This record gives sequence, structure tokens and C-alpha cells, in this order.
Amino acid sequence: MLEIITSPISFFILLSLFFVGAIGSLLLRKDDDSANIWSNFFAIAGSLWGLLFSVATIISEHTAAFLVNGSPFPLLSFSFNIDLLSAFFIFIISLIALFCSIYAVGYVRHYYQKYNIGALGFFYNFFILGILLVLTASNGIFFLIGWEIMSVASFFMVIYDRDDQENVKAGFLYLVMTYIGTAFIVVAFLLLYKFIGSFDFVPIKSGVALLPIGAKNIIFLAALIGFGVKAGIIPLHIWLPAAHPAAPSHISALMSGVMIKTGIFMMMRLFLDILQPIPIWWGIVVLIIGIISSLLGVLYALTEHDIKRLLAYHSIENIGIILLGLGSALIFSSLSMPALAFLSLVAALFHTLNHAIFKSLLFLGAGSVINQMHTRNMEEYGGLIKYMPQTAFFFLIGSMAISALPPFNGFFSEWLTFQSLFQGIAILDSSMRWLFILAVGALAFTGGLALACFVKAFGSIFLARPRSTEVTHAKESPRSMLIGMGALAMLSFLFGIFSSQTVSLLEKIGRSFDVLQKIPETILVSNSQGLMIENSFSSVSGLTFLLSLVGALIVVAIIIDLIINRSQKIKIGATWDCGTDLNPRMEITSTGFARSIVVIFKGILKPSIQHTIDYSDSESRYLPRTRTVSLGVGDVYKSYFYQPILTMITSLSMRVKNIQSGNTNIYVLYILIALLVSLFSIL
Amino acid sequence: MTIIILEIQIILTPLVSPLCAGVINKIKARLQNRKGASIFQPYRDLWKLLHKDEIISRDASWIFRIAPFIVFSITLLIGASIPLFTSFLTNTLTGDMLLIVYALAIGTFFLALGGLDIGSAFGGFGSSREMTLSALAEGGFIFSLLTIALINGTTNIFAIANADIFLHGKYLFPTLLAFGGFLVVLLAETARFPYDNPATHLELTMIHEAMILEYSGKKLALMEWASFNKLFIFLALWVNLFFPIGLAYTPGVITISMGIIIFMIKIFLGVLLIALLESSMAKFRFFRLPDLLLISFILNAIAIGLIR
Repeated sequence: MLEIITSPISFFILLSLFFVGAIGSLLLRKDDDSANIWSNFFAIAGSLWGLLFSVATIISEHTAAFLVNGSPFPLLSFSFNIDLLSAFFIFIISLIALFCSIYAVGYVRHYYQKYNIGALGFFYNFFILGILLVLTASNGIFFLIGWEIMSVASFFMVIYDRDDQENVKAGFLYLVMTYIGTAFIVVAFLLLYKFIGSFDFVPIKSGVALLPIGAKNIIFLAALIGFGVKAGIIPLHIWLPAAHPAAPSHISALMSGVMIKTGIFMMMRLFLDILQPIPIWWGIVVLIIGIISSLLGVLYALTEHDIKRLLAYHSIENIGIILLGLGSALIFSSLSMPALAFLSLVAALFHTLNHAIFKSLLFLGAGSVINQMHTRNMEEYGGLIKYMPQTAFFFLIGSMAISALPPFNGFFSEWLTFQSLFQGIAILDSSMRWLFILAVGALAFTGGLALACFVKAFGSIFLARPRSTEVTHAKESPRSMLIGMGALAMLSFLFGIFSSQTVSLLEKIGRSFDVLQKIPETILVSNSQGLMIENSFSSVSGLTFLLSLVGALIVVAIIIDLIINRSQKIKIGATWDCGTDLNPRMEITSTGFARSIVVIFKGILKPSIQHTIDYSDSESRYLPRTRTVSLGVGDVYKSYFYQPILTMITSLSMRVKNIQSGNTNIYVLYILIALLVSLFSIL
Repeated sequence: MTIIILEIQIILTPLVSPLCAGVINKIKARLQNRKGASIFQPYRDLWKLLHKDEIISRDASWIFRIAPFIVFSITLLIGASIPLFTSFLTNTLTGDMLLIVYALAIGTFFLALGGLDIGSAFGGFGSSREMTLSALAEGGFIFSLLTIALINGTTNIFAIANADIFLHGKYLFPTLLAFGGFLVVLLAETARFPYDNPATHLELTMIHEAMILEYSGKKLALMEWASFNKLFIFLALWVNLFFPIGLAYTPGVITISMGIIIFMIKIFLGVLLIALLESSMAKFRFFRLPDLLLISFILNAIAIGLIR
């Protein structure tokens, strides 16, 4: 049975489900409802099939490598390689796509009559198809085709809400950054081809010894930049907070939950598998990028009051946390400590899975809220917990999971990441040791700041009094959206409680890497009770924690409510208002909430205050009519990174322009010189 | 026997924690030449509050209502999961230092949400300040625990308390640094001077009190009790992890009672130090507090660097 599910034919059925979903949706574009149902039905069916396929592959460890004939070009081969790492990522995409598609059935309705639903379904299915190709392609050129399908389809979905000029601008930025990234990836593949003579990953892997060390390093840098753009590492992240908010929310969830992980996937595949053995500084670079991305990502998130931009910055933070795991895995593997590399890799994989779950949950929750409020500005929310109780509950679970609070899943992967970094501090020497100390510090502060950020987010969206009349018209979302969110919230809980069982499956994936196969004894022990690191260096159990917390809650509630205070009366009154009428403007705003942290980190964030006063009599300047204060955060990347590059390119182009004078005689001279040069070079 | 020990372990924190607050207030009063309330006054306050009726704001949601229960239960759970007077107990399930840190964060999370929920300006600012401080304290907190974890080769705090770090004289200096670093975090996390003034209700200065301003009756009692518990937990971690002397190594009536007595003496010394600090220094300006927390972080980082 497992043989059939994991066969190539089964994989082609998976691809064709999404393909049929895409084409059918385009054909049905005249009727919004049927296009919506059709596209999401096939996406759901495909995701279920993908779940079955990937779980069966992981359990049976039945990897498949196969070739489809019929390639029109000699260098392009349609070769697939589905190993356990691919299967794991297929599992993630299928899981998230399943619930996003269920959510989409209800969510897409508000676009009816406004935009073309068929086109959305077309790009949606092709987007997932592209990701699947990226995860399974085993040929560089074929990989790039999948990569392009994924990027272009997501670009069209970013600009789907095209009436808003901001979205079109965001889409353009996304496209430009994507192509910069793709250019670097192409460079990496071309260099591999130059020295090894193949675009296929398998020959590349066996011939990697042919690579001179200089070329290898350049390939590393090119791949790091290329895939780093997609993953959203700082400072290549600028497209992410622009593009993710622009897309429809279930697309944002997929982009943030899964698409940026394809960058991580290829980094794992290249650095930990294909290009092994690697010099140690690669790992150091990845670890440093992880430190920077996690800390800055969360700091920028704190400054945001646009809910989806806030979540997008948290994606950067979590990519940073994943890179902390991956970076230490690379360092340990270069130092030939496979057991520790294994631990770090499992931490990175687990966090990849967890982040996909809770981040898509949060994006879907944000989508429901935006759908009712018609604005992304959190300052206009407030008190929504009374109007959208279920959404609020699911968002609370997502917030707790992303803030790494036990017993939700985020805690356990951050715990593993912490532990792998601790091992680094305990074992390594001098400067490497300090690097790991720095990484632990970054992770600790990131955790604290993320907690503050989600208190701010949850508080200003759902708590206190409504800050606009729009809130009082808000209604709970339709059922399909609630099911999508509820299932993800449930998963976030289950992957926390059953973290040890999950990790034992992840260990299998870790072991499938060639470098990690010869681990003398396992460092990670996961049993039915909990996780344990290396001979009880540390251990933790989610289930026990949950049970004791619930037990304590019940005991406290019974003692307090039923024994001590049985005859108590509760009066409903007004909040203490110091004698004035409280209005929503007296509540703390989300900007105000984070302001003290922004001021504390003013060296990095460069906050700005701008006062504009409009006087009723501009001569005397005594009676201001209106006063505006705008608070902002300086864009360091634009001014110190992108602007200099832009200036350089512009001045270079100005110089090149000089050869084009418009005089025909000069052009004839150019032709003559070109002819002579080519003649001499041939002779 | 084990069951009795476990029961003492579980109820000791909520039972004794109000006493710590009472003793601090008494010492402070004596230092100010006042007679001061009895050291048992916090118990009477809690008892009184538990029997009162409540007023709840009409803006409050269920978050406000369940927050006191969660905040209190978390402190109960942690109080039972850390070494108090014995070191022979083992807890491999909830005794991990990171779990303790992040479980305490659950309490902070709901406390801050409760402060935001009623929509008063006080609650919001209290939450904002609390989250700022706890975010910045996190680094120092984890690092100071990590120092002793690395010395002992385990992050399980029962195992840390069981190992005798004074056998290794070379670790004395890092331990002392981390000890100091932890004190800074302790004061921040338990809303004590110079971070917060537990006695004030002035909007400019209060942090913790601002968040619980709208609570009344039994919910206020639970919140107050939880903050006593939190103080006790931090003190217990401080005295037991950095100076694991006098813990009962074997089960037995005499050793256990000796363990409890010595533990109480250690806690009393910690309480005395806090009271002396509070009587001798002023509250810091809010934006100077990050410097203090950064100092704690750096002290601990140096401590980790020195272990070898």
C-alpha cells in the first residue's frame, strides 16, 4: 500500500490535481462561485493527497528519484528526487495549503464582482504547484522553472487587489527583489556547471570535490544571497513587509508560512547536503545572519501598527531563529561533531514546521479581522473580542505559540534551538564560544520582545473599547474561515503536546543527510513523556506541564469559587475614570505601547517625530488650529544599503552613456574597431 | 514519606509567600521609625479580599476574568517545580530552566492582557512598561541561569541544586557575577525598587499596581497572592541555585525539617537584603532601567565567558 502511495505516479496525480484546479478555475472564470469552489476543491484534494504522500514517504523512508523523458533541451532534464527532506517540506506545504484553502472558500467571497475569481484560483493552484516543483526538482534548470512559476504566480496574487496603488508598488518591489535573487541563483548554478559539467544535482553532489575552494565560496555567497532574498533575511528583506500585507490573507499565510521556507529548504539542501564538506566560516555567516534577522525583525515588528506588516516582520524574526539552528548545524558539521549538528538541524526543522503553522494561523486571523474592519491599521481596532470571539481565541493561541509560551509548539522548537546553542557554548572554544553566547543572547531577547509585541497586537486588536464605529458592525467570520483557523490552532497545540513524537519523526529526516548518518549515539531522546538532551543535560515535557497547569487551575477555581467565596456577588460597573468620561482616545494605542521600547532602541530604530502645527493666524502664531504629530522609524536599509547601491549604478550608467553621442561617424568607428578586434582575436 | 514531602513542596510557596511580603514591610517600617503592621498582615488582607464582592468593568472580556486564575496557577506550578528545601527530588518533566522562564512569561502575558482589557489609561501604560521591562530582563534572566547550568552541566534546576558547586573553587567568580546579575533581574521581575514602587498608586510611577488597578475582591486577592508567590519563587531560585547549601539530601524527618529551617533562614536573608535596598535607594527614572538590565546581561555574559 505504501509502495503505491509513494510511487512516481502518485506524485504525478498530486501535481495534476493542482494543475486541473488551476485550468478549471480559469475556464470557470465567468461564474465567481463555481470558480471559487472548483479551485479550492482541487487545492484541498491536492493538499490531502500531498499529506498522504509525504507522510507515507517519511514513514516508509521510501525515497524516489525518477526521470521524465521528453526534454527538448540537452541540459534540461525533468528529473525528480523526492527524499525525506523534500517529503517533509511537501508535508508542510500540504498542511498549510489544506487549511488555507478551506479558509479561502469563505474568505474569497468578499472579492466577488470586484475582481476575477477564476484568475485568483488559477494563480493559487499554480503557486502551490510551483512550490512542489521547487521542492522535488533535481536539475538546476528544471528547478529554476519551478522557482519562476512560484515567484510569478505569487507576484500576480500580491497585486491582486490592484485598485490600491500601494499594492501594485509592493508587487513591483517584490518582482524586482525576486529577480535579483534569481540572478544570484543562476550564477550559482552556472558556476557549478562550469566546474562540474552538469545541472543535475546528483552528479553535482558526487563531483563536488572538483570544485576549487574559491569557486565554492562564491557559489556559497551567491546562493546565500539568492535564497536569502526569498527567505527574507536582513538586509534583503525589504520586499517582505511590503508584499505580504498586499496579498489576500490566505495567500499571505502561504507566502509567510511556506514560500519563504523554500529559501531555507535550498540552503539546507545545498550547504548541508550537496556542497559538503564546507568551510567553517559558512556556518558562522549563516549564524550571524540569524542573529541579526531575529533581533531586528522583532524590533521592527514592534514599531508597526499595520497588523499584516507586523506579522511579516515576525516572519523575518522566525527565519532568523531557523537560521540560528541551521547555522549552528553547519558549524558543528564543519567541526565534525555530527551529533550536535543533528540536534541543531532537528531544531531548525521543527521550528520551520511550527512557524508555518502559527504564522499562517495569525495571518488568517488577521485576514478575518481586516475583512470586517476594512483597514489594516490596528489603531482603529479595539474591543473586537466581543464581536469576533472565536477569531480572538484562535488569534490568542497563535500569539502564545509565536511568543514561545508553553505548552504550544513554538516553545519546544525554540527550546531545542536554545539547547543546541547551549551545547555550542559548553563545547566550543574562545571566539566561537562568544559567537554562540551572542546567539543565545539574541534568542533570549527575541523571545522577550516577541512577547511584548504580541501583548501589544492582541491587546490593541481585541481588547479594551472600540476605537472606531466600524468595530461595532463587525461580525464573526463564516464557518469555513473559522474551521481553517481552528484547525491550525489545534495543530499548534497538538504539535506542542506531542512534540516528542514529532521530533522522533524529524530525527528520521535529519538522519537522511549523508553527513549525519554516522552518529555514534543519539544526542536527542524523545520518548512518550518528553524531550531529553544528551544524558539528561536537560529535559522537558509538554504534556506534564499542560496537565499540571490544568490541574492547578481546576483546584484553584474550585477552592476559590466553591469553598471560600460561595455567596459572592459580581457587580458590573464602569472602569475607573477619575471623574471624566472615558473615551477610546484615552486608551493606550499600539504605537504608544511600543514607544518605550522604540525609544530604548533608538540607536538602531532611529525614531523620528515630526510636528506640524496649523495656526489660525499664521502671523501671531499663538492659536494653533490643528496639531499633527507623526511618529516614524528611520529606514536604515534604504539610506545605508540600497541608496548607495542605487547611486553607484546610476553614476555608472551615466558614464556608459558617454559612448552614445548620436553622431553616425562615431558609430561607424565603433563598428570598425569591433571588426578589427574580432578579426585579430580569430587570427 | 515521599508523598508528604511532595505535598510540602507544593503548598510551601503559597503558604509562606505572603509572610515574605509581611516581613519586608515590617523591616521597612522599622527602618522608617514606624511600628508597622504585623508580619501576618498580608494573610489578613488576602482573607478579607477573598470574601469580598467584586466590581468588574463593563468593558472587560473573559481575558480579564480568567487572567487572575492563570497568573496564580502558574506561580503554583512553578513553585512546585523548583527546588525549595530538598535536593533529592528529581523533576525531569517540568524542572527545566527554560520552561521556568517561559512559564513565568505566561503569567506576565496574561497580567499584561488583563491590564489592557479594561481600557483604562493606567492599565495600558502599566502593561506597556511591564512588557518593556520583562522583555529586557529576559536576557539577563536566561544568562544568569545559564551560567550555573553550564557549570553543572545540566539545565535541570533540581540537578543544579543537587550538585555542589563549591567543590569547584575556580567557578566562584562566575557564580558571584551571575549571583549579582540575577539580583538585578529579580528586582525587575518582582516589581521592586528601583524598578517599581510596590507601595504607590501614583500614575507616573507605578507599573505592576497599574495593571491590577481594576481588579477587586477575590481576583485582586489572587493577583496579589500571585505576586507574593513570584517574589518567593525568585528568592528561592536565587538562594538555592547559587548557594545550594543546607538542602536536605536524604528523606527523613530531621533532615527535611532542617532543610526547611535553613531554607527559611536563607529566604529571610534575601528578604532582609531587599528591604534594606528599598529603604536606602530611590526609584530610578524609567529610561534608566534598561541600563541596569543591560548591566545584568553583561555581568552574566562575562560570567559565562569565564567558565572554563
